[in-house]
Amino acid sequence: MSGGVTYVTDTMREAQGKWGEKRTSPPITETDIRRWSIATFYPEKPPRIYWDPEYAATTRWGGIIAPPDFNPFAWSFDRGPSARLSMRGQRPDGSAVTGMNGGQTDTYGAPMRPGDAITERSRLIGWWEQEGRLGHTLFARSEIEWRNQNDEHVRTRLSIGVRF
Amino acid sequence: MSLRFKDIEVGDRLPDWSRKTSFPEWNRYAAVNHEFVPFHMDDEAGRAAGNPKGAFGMGNLRYAYIVNALHDWIGDEGIVREAGCQHRVLNCKDDVLTVVGEVTEKVIEDGEQRVRLEINVVNQDGVPTCPGHAVVVLP
Repeated sequence: MSGGVTYVTDTMREAQGKWGEKRTSPPITETDIRRWSIATFYPEKPPRIYWDPEYAATTRWGGIIAPPDFNPFAWSFDRGPSARLSMRGQRPDGSAVTGMNGGQTDTYGAPMRPGDAITERSRLIGWWEQEGRLGHTLFARSEIEWRNQNDEHVRTRLSIGVRF
Repeated sequence: MSLRFKDIEVGDRLPDWSRKTSFPEWNRYAAVNHEFVPFHMDDEAGRAAGNPKGAFGMGNLRYAYIVNALHDWIGDEGIVREAGCQHRVLNCKDDVLTVVGEVTEKVIEDGEQRVRLEINVVNQDGVPTCPGHAVVVLP
């Protein structure tokens, strides 16, 4: 922290270290996976494992799987706790901060497949603040855990949000 | 055809994997990830967010490029077990992003044949934008 300025909110202090409420994604469809892979491999055609059920059935996976970075929550109505302004940090005058993605480390378990519904829980681990190119900046570290409907671990993400 | 653990050596390099990035790539990604953030869509909003060149690309898309490069290298029988990166330099319009990587370790852990790599995403000026690492599992 510098000069007494902080973007940390009471909501963040209260939430630190505690797992928040769970939310569950809509069921994943083949179309979700195909469109995701088209977008992230564009302009090249994505690998067949992501869109061709006949080919995918011949692989070790026995069917279509999603790319590891696939986000089943992208189009859910519940935007999750990280979308709440008080969890993102706030300027002393109460105005909203601008947020950017500082980075992440993902550990992957079971692949996501069509029909899966993913349940997420997340927690704010901690934060630090410093003066940077963008002025006063808050770096918030979070952990986000995903499990599928069979309670198999799908992904753990450690992420850094940048707020300025 | 999948890569085999026995064929990998420390020091091996990930085949370069490149994409030129601008609105056609960013808009597609915004559409699938519901990531309609003004600074990814509009030059003025990009400048207001601190980038003199205007709109800039999504960190999540650059991360997707890393896992896609890993997938294209290991094939459908391999597994990306871990991947991580830090977004240090913005992805500006018309940047050509190239995922680069080098094998740093081969280990057998938890019954898996794992290969660890150092990763980065380099732009057309040779600037490393996104240092990271990955662990893949190979048959």
